[in-house]
Amino acid sequence: MPRLPDGDPAPASGELPSQSIAALGSRPFGIYLHVPFCRVRCGYCDFNTYTLTELGPGASTSTFADTALAELDLARSVLGDAVPRVDTVFVGGGTPTMLPAADLVRVVDGIRERFGLADDVEVTTEANPDSVTPESLRELADGGFTRISLGMQSAAPHVLATLDRTHEPAGVGRAVAAARDAGLVTSVDLIYGTPGESLDDWRRSLDAAVSLAPEHISAYALVVEEGTKLAAQVRRGEVERPDDDDEATKYELAEEVLSAAGFGWYEVSNWTRTPAGRCRHNDGYWTGADWWGVGPGAHSHVGGVRWWNVKHPRAYADSLASGASPAAGRETLTVEQRRDEQVLLGVRVRDGLAVDDLDDVGRRAVAGLVADGLVDGVAAVRDRRVILTLRGRLLADAVVRRLLGVDT
Amino acid sequence: MSPRARTVLQPHATPPEAIRNFCIIAHIDHGKSTLADRMLQITGVVDDRAMRAQYLDRMDIERERGITIKSQAVRMPWETVDAEGRTGDFILNMIDTPGHVDFTYEVSRSLAASEGAVLLVDAAQGIEAQTLANLYLAMENDLTIVPVLNKIDLPAAQPEKYAEELAGLIGCEPEDCLMVSGKTGVGVEPLLDEIVRQIPHPVGDPNAPARAMIFDSVYDTYRGVVTYVRVVDGNLNPREKIIMMSTRATHELLEIGVISPEPVPGKGLGVGEVGYLITGVKDVRQSRVGDTVTNERTPAAEGLGGYRDPKPMVFSGLFPIDGSDYPLLRDALDKLKLNDAALVYEPETSVALGFGFRCGFLGLLHLEIVRERLEREFDLDLISTQPNVVYDVTMDDGSVIVVTNPSEFPYGKVAEVREPVVKSTILAPSEFIGAIMELCQGKRGQLLGMDYLSEDRVELRYSLPLAEVVFDFFDQLKSRTRGYASLDYQEAGDQVADLVKVDILLQGENVDAFSSVVHKDKAYAYGNMMAGKLKELIPRQQFEVPIQAAIGARVIARENIRAIRKDVLAKCYGGDISRKRKLLEKQKAGKKRMKNIGTVEVPPEAFIAALSSDDGGDTKKK
Ligand SMILES: Nc1nc2c(ncn2[C@@H]2O[C@H](COP(=O)(O)OP(=O)(O)OP(=O)(O)O)[C@@H](O)[C@H]2O)c(=O)[nH]1
Ligand SMILES: C[S@@+](CC[C@H](N)C(=O)[O-])C[C@H]1O[C@@H](n2cnc3c(N)ncnc32)[C@H](O)[C@@H]1O
Ligand code: SF4
Ligand SMILES: [Mg+2]
Repeated sequence: MPRLPDGDPAPASGELPSQSIAALGSRPFGIYLHVPFCRVRCGYCDFNTYTLTELGPGASTSTFADTALAELDLARSVLGDAVPRVDTVFVGGGTPTMLPAADLVRVVDGIRERFGLADDVEVTTEANPDSVTPESLRELADGGFTRISLGMQSAAPHVLATLDRTHEPAGVGRAVAAARDAGLVTSVDLIYGTPGESLDDWRRSLDAAVSLAPEHISAYALVVEEGTKLAAQVRRGEVERPDDDDEATKYELAEEVLSAAGFGWYEVSNWTRTPAGRCRHNDGYWTGADWWGVGPGAHSHVGGVRWWNVKHPRAYADSLASGASPAAGRETLTVEQRRDEQVLLGVRVRDGLAVDDLDDVGRRAVAGLVADGLVDGVAAVRDRRVILTLRGRLLADAVVRRLLGVDT
Repeated sequence: MSPRARTVLQPHATPPEAIRNFCIIAHIDHGKSTLADRMLQITGVVDDRAMRAQYLDRMDIERERGITIKSQAVRMPWETVDAEGRTGDFILNMIDTPGHVDFTYEVSRSLAASEGAVLLVDAAQGIEAQTLANLYLAMENDLTIVPVLNKIDLPAAQPEKYAEELAGLIGCEPEDCLMVSGKTGVGVEPLLDEIVRQIPHPVGDPNAPARAMIFDSVYDTYRGVVTYVRVVDGNLNPREKIIMMSTRATHELLEIGVISPEPVPGKGLGVGEVGYLITGVKDVRQSRVGDTVTNERTPAAEGLGGYRDPKPMVFSGLFPIDGSDYPLLRDALDKLKLNDAALVYEPETSVALGFGFRCGFLGLLHLEIVRERLEREFDLDLISTQPNVVYDVTMDDGSVIVVTNPSEFPYGKVAEVREPVVKSTILAPSEFIGAIMELCQGKRGQLLGMDYLSEDRVELRYSLPLAEVVFDFFDQLKSRTRGYASLDYQEAGDQVADLVKVDILLQGENVDAFSSVVHKDKAYAYGNMMAGKLKELIPRQQFEVPIQAAIGARVIARENIRAIRKDVLAKCYGGDISRKRKLLEKQKAGKKRMKNIGTVEVPPEAFIAALSSDDGGDTKKK
């Protein structure tokens, strides 16, 4: 599991500096809810999630919704009356659908009561294909959910096996169809570069995803996260380490197959059929929106302050039960840090970055990036925006280092 | 301490007849310094409490490596019966010398201050290459040789066998070889007696103008330059003015004394005595080894025959990894030079490595020691380039270029290239003759001769290009002879050779630090090896980087570093942002000190690795 960042201590009251909440409402405002339960832990996954469903008072699948509602109370009182209506809600995990659908709906209701929901609110949940039924999906849709992101990962059985996935390939089709029938916008997650995955395996997974006709597809290169079972397998030589060149080829193939099927990229790892099909909540992470992260280990950002909650569901529930903020630490970003973040995040999205938001170093780097084929020259000249080319998307981190003057 | 160690004879008042000046010479590790320890103890100049192993190896680097780098002279009293049967007090001036081939010049200086030499042979090893080399030097200097077998306490010692070998070599009877153990002290008292009996006392004219030979000159932070001398004629006294005969420079004698084994100031030095002077000069170059010291009042007409400054044999570029350390490196070299006349250097600029110095050394061990001292005593991080020798290049128009840096080796229009050669002596059990010959042939060696020292030990003499010897010759020799061979070599002029410069190009840009002068037949192997190595070490860039090895315009080997295709974090959501930004902040702060070759960015570590992984190697103990 990734460690929490180092930061300053967060006050027990959860109070925020007044200047950080001053401009609330001028940017989109979202709520993220982290549900830390899974039936099985996948070998590659380092998310904050637990396979025990009983982790103590307020920290079991049956009581978790109430604990989350308690944090929403805190959020409401910290943000005060100036709080805007909520534009997006994203329930992630873990496997949110480990909770009864009624509990998820209860949390959405709780958000509505405390903050109000925008008319066009986007409410997404993540789900494993084998953790939903037509009934549960209908219940979610009826309760206000508008979107679902299903962890498909691959269509190849041997790849699913390597990834420790519990669902069978056909289950994804059934789940997508049922979600659509329930009226939800659908998205599937894919992973490429799994040890043993051939280029053809990957092509078949892409074709299978396209044939499900979701609105949205995410495709992630497999990351060997420290401390995972996968990392140990790689270290012991039991499975081969994912290869950057292979992943690059697969990324290019994804772009080819998806664009041929009418999908366009809007973030390095995300494609959608129409611009309206974007995940607006995730978009907020890349464009500097405000959001409150509810749940153990959840991260928040409001007006240049980032904070994060304690990781363990038990510690999380305990601090809320005692009336204290579950925040473990926080940081107030300096002007320079905000600009660095703007660059590192903004460059990942299709709309790119305004050249005028860059400092001198960044502006001087653009010409070289265009010359190297990493940044779209026409957009740089005509729109004064830094937008990655296909090659640039694959080398986005190097582009960021050049824009920030880390590399020359 | 023996009851025969008494300090009755004072410096300045010791008749030459009571003095014996000798050095201990041997192959490396045969036990010179340990034997010296016992002598210091038995003669009482170091008491048992103060004693420690290899007492005279005072430098940290000597103690850590367990080898002697600088000669040390010590005055010791001894009572015995001399060759004429007279019992009396004597003064022994003993010089412990280094055994490693790089420091042969230290041995030569010591020999010039002595009338005799204790030739020490490890009784478990027998005669080895430096035994021969040092014996030869001693005989050239007309010294009386006292043959001694050491380490007779070792279970593996074969003193009788090696006594025979030694006797055969110097033309004495096996019984004439003394048997000692420097470790236990057995046989050391009789050895001291024999030194008095066999080694002639110094001869000089006490009434002639003073003449003293400088045989060492050392910089000391507190006292300035300390000069070690051996008086030949006349005498030197405190407070008088002296003249350095080569420069005619005058200095006042602030202090004069003997080493026993710490400096003891005294009333002066007379004929045949060995001691030190302090004049207040700050630079050893003002008090040069080999020069003659005389009196200002009654100066000598002629100096003593000096000896040549040691000539640097091996050159290498030294560069600070952090370019801003360049001034520190310069100061550090200036300071080391005060104590190390053999070290030469001049500024060098490298495209790949920045500002540094091209330095000349006596050999690879000398290089390694200087480098280690720079790093440790001056806290520098250094890169050193592949060591090379000096080439004389004659151009078609007859002009001659002396090349100490391969990157300056001229292109085209070369009429002739000359490279230094050495005469080498290899001693080994005879079963390895074939392996050694094969190795020497591969290194362009020419057999000069071969002799059996005994039934199963053989001496091979080869003429070899120095460049081959300093590359990895010694390592290969050791590995092919399971460690049994020993090697010694001396410069022996130069020879014409078919040499070419191989350049290494990164994306068409010459990386000067990797240019190398090699024999034509080895150019391809070198080019391939270097290109392959760099391919592994240089991180992939955003574009493809060709690596080529070329002789002039002709490419002889090539490799490609494929372009990096993917450098992006797949997922970047809420919780990843702080982490990712912090990583960038760290990268910004510790901004990599990349070296740029054209548009290719190379971390210095890659150059270090490429330059160090097989930088040759007779640097280990021999
Ligand atoms: N058993 C035994 N070991 C000895 C004896 N003399 C020296 N040694 C060991 O041999 C090794 C080398 O001894 P040194 O006295 O440093 O040899 P050295 O000839 O001065 O070496 P260099 O100065 O490097 O040429 C050390 O490990 C000593 O302890 C001896 O008489 N008996
Ligand atoms: C937080 S997970 C939760 C989704 C859900 N529990 C599931 O697994 O279907 C969201 C997505 O992140 C991706 N993911 C998780 N760990 C990953 C890793 N180590 N490398 C690449 N993608 C990963 C997977 O595609 C996964 O669907
Ligand atoms: S089901 Fe999803 S959250 Fe749970 S372990 Fe697997 S990938 Fe991680
Ligand atoms: Mg020694």
